[in-house]
Parts: sequence; structure tokens; C-alpha cells
Amino acid sequence: MEAALDERQDQIHRTGEQPFNLVCDKDSLAGAVSQRACVFCGSRVVLYPIADALHLVHGPIGCAVYTWDIRGALSSGPELHRLSFSTDLQELDVIFGGEKKLYAALTELIKRHSPKAAFVYATCIVGIIGDDMEAICKRVEAETGIPVIPVKSEGFMGNKRAGYTAACNAMARLIGTGDTSTISPHSINILGDFNLAGEIWMIRDYFKKIGVEVVANITGDGRVADLQRAHGAALNVVQCSGSTMDLAKIMEDDYGVPSIRVSYFGVEDMAQALYDVAGHFGDAEILRRTQELVKGELEVLLPKLEFYKKALTGKKAAIYVGGSFKAFSLVKAFRLLGMDVVMVGSQTGTEQEYRELAEITDPGTIIVDDTNPLELTSFLEEKDVDIFVGGVKERPIAYKLGVGFCDHNHERKEALAGFSGMLNFSEEVYASVMSPVWRFTERFQKGEAK
Amino acid sequence: MTRNPKPNYISTTNACKLCTPLGASLAFKGIEGAVPYLHGSQGCATYMRRYIISHFNEPIDIASSSLSEKHAVYGGGPNLKLGLLNVTKKYAPKLIGIATTCLTETIGDDVSLFLKEYDREVEGDKPLMVQVSTPSYMGTHMEGFHNAVASVVDTLATKDEASPDTINILPGFVSPADIRYLKEVVADFELQATILPDISETMDGVAAKTYDKIQPGGTPLAAIKTMGSNLATLEFGHTMAEKSGGMILKERFQVACTRMALPMGITASDRFFAALASLSGKATPIKHTLERGRLVDSYVDGHKYIYGKKAIVYGEEDLVVGLTAFLAEIGVMPVLCASGGRSGKLAAKIAEATADLLPEPPQVFEGMDFFEISEMAEGLEPDLLVGHAKGYPLASKLEIPLIRVGFPIHDRMGGQRILHLGYRGAQSLFDLVVNAMIAKKQSDSPVGYAYM
Repeated sequence: MEAALDERQDQIHRTGEQPFNLVCDKDSLAGAVSQRACVFCGSRVVLYPIADALHLVHGPIGCAVYTWDIRGALSSGPELHRLSFSTDLQELDVIFGGEKKLYAALTELIKRHSPKAAFVYATCIVGIIGDDMEAICKRVEAETGIPVIPVKSEGFMGNKRAGYTAACNAMARLIGTGDTSTISPHSINILGDFNLAGEIWMIRDYFKKIGVEVVANITGDGRVADLQRAHGAALNVVQCSGSTMDLAKIMEDDYGVPSIRVSYFGVEDMAQALYDVAGHFGDAEILRRTQELVKGELEVLLPKLEFYKKALTGKKAAIYVGGSFKAFSLVKAFRLLGMDVVMVGSQTGTEQEYRELAEITDPGTIIVDDTNPLELTSFLEEKDVDIFVGGVKERPIAYKLGVGFCDHNHERKEALAGFSGMLNFSEEVYASVMSPVWRFTERFQKGEAK
Repeated sequence: MTRNPKPNYISTTNACKLCTPLGASLAFKGIEGAVPYLHGSQGCATYMRRYIISHFNEPIDIASSSLSEKHAVYGGGPNLKLGLLNVTKKYAPKLIGIATTCLTETIGDDVSLFLKEYDREVEGDKPLMVQVSTPSYMGTHMEGFHNAVASVVDTLATKDEASPDTINILPGFVSPADIRYLKEVVADFELQATILPDISETMDGVAAKTYDKIQPGGTPLAAIKTMGSNLATLEFGHTMAEKSGGMILKERFQVACTRMALPMGITASDRFFAALASLSGKATPIKHTLERGRLVDSYVDGHKYIYGKKAIVYGEEDLVVGLTAFLAEIGVMPVLCASGGRSGKLAAKIAEATADLLPEPPQVFEGMDFFEISEMAEGLEPDLLVGHAKGYPLASKLEIPLIRVGFPIHDRMGGQRILHLGYRGAQSLFDLVVNAMIAKKQSDSPVGYAYM
């Protein structure tokens, strides 16, 4: 097997083969071709689904154009988030400062689109030329009467996690400004679901059925006014802990809103999420409805899954995702299908998360932080993987090796969350693993595929 | 036809351009054994990889200096060198193509100096290094592309014994299918060609036995080194900077350089074939005259379905010139030609290419974004859009067909296999355009005609 660079060795762990000592949350190694993006990316993906806000990227054109309509985050109403706004800084702006252009662009765009708020993203160059974004935002806020919030997302100021923090700090400036008088005591905010393929609508529907009010979607199908009154919710239900946990902490400190961590992926975790919320409120009626809902969903789902389980049992899966919370659910989901997870990694997992992954995975499973194409290739080859779960950048790696692929990232078009999401997930895995096209690839002809 | 004034907004919405380092990365990717390397923060490389992968469905590893805050303050030199070392260890490249980013340009990193230091400090075999300055606040991905090509020529090309049968072709940013076609045509003229860059295999590879760290193919380094000895250079495009790869070869090694429009449509392709005939001393091979003949035949068969249809054309400037010339010669009326680029030459080149074909010249604007294109489209009542996939929201709003060409094609399979050039490319584009119009009429019609 191709060895990883020396500096990367301590970011790779093999379950059961060594004491757990994985290093993470450090800057990507120069020249290693990390799959990570940057601080700006972290902020942009978290705030992006807030559909009635203006998202203006302050910098040269690249940062805005590569994030134009980047996520399949659906909106039930306005779609302002799907447009890509940029100050498109030019050489002279860089020399003389971009503040004038930022002011003019903001004013122009707010007038044109009448957004409910504006987020202004700092890019690398803004951090260098020293534009006072805070002052410009304040001025435009005073002039237009809508919240205008700078997002401190200079690309080089840390890694993607720092971008999550910047996004949370930006959202925190909205929270606490709206009227909360009509909010039910049995109410929650959904944090860390981005409504890819309409997933948050499904989750909201579950909560509605068990009698829990959802105050704010943070941020899938998100709205500024909902964020402004989010502090009135009784509980923050946090998925994708990496991206919105900071906001939950801020809301706990500032408004005393407690939080729980959940995942909506896979049968077990989805059911657990509903039970945890029901348990928090300790309301007998909510609990009864939750049991009813879970029972009803499982009665429909489990028999359907049998078909896939039969076909997929013993197949091997590898997982590489942005945040490692999702990896837990995927490990469990693959187990439910009788499949073996042989590699799991993420761009921005925490030590605690990796430690827990090491505890729940089988001996020999590779656990990896902030990996790159060559390492991934060697892991897939070594473990003779049948399906790889990741995002767009991982896809050609799998396909070139003749390995099936499931997009569990921004570009998915089928909901993978919730109970029906588990069925979609199984169908997608099945469709890729069982396709007849593999027989023409070298891997199959080498006799390695089963 | 209404003639709206060009809107003049301060902000950019849905840009019709990409940033300079992306173009440079793609150009470097078309060189044998090369790894593109961005000197900047990690995000740039990752974003561009994602953007490129979604078009080509191929791996593209772009390395990065992964600069963080302290490097931005104290300079990115140490990380640049560390990155080069790591890329060399892991990829064993023959060449590393280093492009700067806005971050490193603005903090004033002196990449040439760092490379000189690296050369002194690091022992043993080192890959060739080519650097290009690509701050994304200057120009578009096309400047990045052409400047990277110019840097490769500037750094590597030399003059050796004259090779009278070999020509240089600098095709610009065309598809892998286009490059394969160019190779075939050149070979049919019994010429050799150094095509720089050549992404025909590196960005459209086969399903391989094992994972190639660096995809095979690309312009051979040995061929680049002798570009100064070759018979002549054909350089496609008119809107790049004066100091292009072709011009460097001309000035330094006296290799005659012919700049020509992208050979799109019959007229421009004729010029390309004539140039090859003249350089090779051979008549256009029968295979290609037959292709041309069939193309003319199909133009005739299909002309009524498209005559006078109004098109909006957008994208990279030279591509827009080529497309507009092609559309004009088949009877489609380009009403708006737009690009995010700002060469200052677009209108003149379009006027030149369409002078005897159009009753009135189209409106031509540089520095456009899709918000402005969309706003102008309101009064123009176009029948079709021609350009890359980012025009889809507009086509969808106007309920008219989008002919997908160029880069990026993010919402369909096979962007890398779209053939634009030569008689064969014109044939394929012609069929697309005519069939889009026929399909539109068919689906809009309550009859649903079963014959054209």
C-alpha cells in the first residue's frame, strides 16, 4: 500500500490495531491535496440556505462563482439564496480598498431584491486589504433598516470549522430580536439540517405529528424572521454538530435554551432523535404519538429493506464526509443492511467523534481525518471496497477504481434523511453496487470484485 | 428588435466568468506528468477541483500551499516549499505548474525568489517548475489559461534542429474531443503537431486498471522543449494578451505564428484547413472534404428550420466569436453576444467574422453577468441560448432551448466529449441547433408533427 506522507501518519487510525491516538482539527498539510475547502466555504454552506437573505461575497469573483447554487438546499418560498452575488473586486479596488464598492453593491442589491437581511462574506483578500466591513454593514443597516451582518470568513483564517463558527456568530446577531410570545412550550429549533432534497420538510412533518412546534429551521429552508425569534424555542435539536453546535452554545449561554444532538440518518438514529425530543418534554401524549409514528414508519420500511439487505449483505463500504456526525449514522445504516464499513473519515471531525467511531467500528477499520485522493485510493484498493459514500470530489476516485458511489453531500436529489430516506439510501447503494457496468471495468476483470 | 442600453451595475450577479487560477490549473493539467499547484489558501484548490470534476467527471488533483493566518502575515514561502516537497514525494511529477492566487499576490509573495531558494535548498532530482501570476482580481479564467500556456512556452521552449514536419497548435481552452479531432486532422495532413495544452487524455481518461496518480497523456515535455524548432504555430483566438505562447515562439525563435479564430463553422474551418494545406503542401484529404460536403448538404437540408431564429450567445470571448460566426453562417441571428471577459476586442472580432452575413450586427458586450444578460434578453425575444450550462436558469425562465457548449456543463453528461471544432464539430452543433428548434416546435404544437 502507498504510504501516507509522514506528517499525515498520526491522522490515520486503524481500529483495534493500535491505541487510539488520532490527531485532528489541524491545518491541512501543504501539498497534500486536502479534500477540505476553507473558512469561507464553511460559512457559506451553513448560511447559504437562508432563502430570504441576500448573500453578498466581498472579494474577487472566484469565491462567489464557485458557490453559485452550490447546494441542493430547497426553499418553500423565496429563492434569493440561489443567486450568486459578488463585489467582483478588481485590481484598483485591491489597491485603493473595496469599501466604496461594497457599500454601492450592497445598496444596489438591497434596493433591487428587498431581502429580509444581508450577509456579507469576507474572503481572503478582504482580510489583507483591511476593508472595514463592520462599518460599511452598520451604515447600510442604518440606511436600509434591515440587518446587515458581516461574516468573518477570510479563507485563510483557519479551516472549514472556523467558517462554521463565523456563520454561527453571524446568525447569533439575528437571534433575540423577534417576538416570541406565541411560541408553544413544546417547541424546538432544528439546527444543522440544510433541506437537501427537501429533508427538513420531512423532519418537520415528523415533529408536527408528535405535537412539537418547530420555530426556526437553521438553516434549511431558513427565514430571517424565524431566526430572529429562535430564542423563544424550548429546545435546540442539533444535527451536523460541527456546523451549528457553536450557535447552540451561544443560545444556551445567552438565552438558556438547552440543546440535544441528533441525527436523522438511518432508522435507529431517526427514531432516537424523535424519542430524545419527546423525552426532553416528558409529555405523555408526545411520547405516545412518537411511539405510534415510529411504529407506523417501521412497519412500512423494514419489510422493504429486507430485499436490499439480502442483496447487499457482506458488501464493503467506505465513508468520507464533511463532518463526522454523519459518519456515525452511516456506519449504523450500513450495518442495518448487513454491510461492513471498512473505512470512515471526515474533513472536520473532532477527537471525541473519532474516538467514538473507533469504539463502534470493527477491528481493522481505517479511521482518517482530512485525507486526500491518493490516501483514499490506497484505502479503497486495500479494502476492496464495493461502495464509497462521499461528495463530488470523491466520486471520480471511486469510479476510476471501478467502485460504486453514493453522493451523501450537497448534490443529492433524493432525500436520505428520515425513515423514507433510509429506503432511498438503500436503493441508491443497491443501484450502484449491483449495476452491470462494473463487469466491463478492470477491477471486475481482475477478479477482485465479488 | 428592441435595443436596450447595456445595464451598468456595480455588483456582479451570477457571473459569466471564472477566476484566473482555474484556467491556469486546466492548462497545466494538459502537460505530461504535471501537477497544478495553487499558491494560496486551501479553499481555492478545492473549489476549483469540485467545479472541474462536475464537468469532466475525472479526477483532478490540484495541490495547494494551504496557507493559514500566520503565513499570510509572515509570507507563504515556507509553505510553498513544503507543499512542493510533498507533491514531489507523493506524485513524482515531471512538472509542477504553480499559479498564484489573490491572497499571495496581495501579500506580495515573490514566487520566483522562493523557487530559486527551493532549487538551492532541496537536493536531488526535482520536477520542472513553471509559474504564472494569476490574481483573480485581474481577468478571467481565460487570461489564466493563456498566461499559463505562455509561461510554459517561456520557461521550457528551446530551439533544436529544425523539424519541418511539425507544427505547434495552441488551441486555447477547448474540449478533449476537440483536441482528439485536431490530432486526427493534423495526422491526415501527414504533419506532426505539438498541441499545447493537451487535455484529451488527462481530462477524459479511460476506466483504468489502477488509479493513476497523474493521468497519462498531456503535451510531452520533450515536444514542448523543441517548440522553437517547429515549422509554424497556429494559435486559436484573438482576445488573449499580446504576449501569448505563439508570440513568444515567434519573437524568440522566429517560428511563424498565425493567429486565427477558433475553427467553428465552415468559414473559420476552411481557414484552418487552408493553413494546414499550405504548411503541409498537401491538399485537404478526401475524408475531410467529404465531411465538409456532408456538412454543406445538411446546412441546406436544415436551413428552413432555423433561418432568422434569434440567439443569445455567451461565454468566453473567443468561443463567443466562434459560435457567433457559426450561427450567422447557418442563418441564425445572434442578437446578443456577451462575455464576462474584458479584452476590449470582442465587438471588433465579431463584426469581422459576421460582416457579410448579418443584416445588422448583434449587440456585443463585455464584462457581462447573467443578471445583465437576463435583463437585456427581456426585449430581445430570443429563440435559443447558446453557451455553457450556467445559462440554464435563463433558458428555463424564457422557456427556450439551451444549446450546451463550452465549459462548464454541470447538468448533463459528456461535457468533455462535446465537439466544437472543424467540419465535424460544426456538423454536431448544427444538428443540435436544428433539432432543438424542431423539438421546440413539436412540443409546442397541439398536433405533434411526426414528420419535420
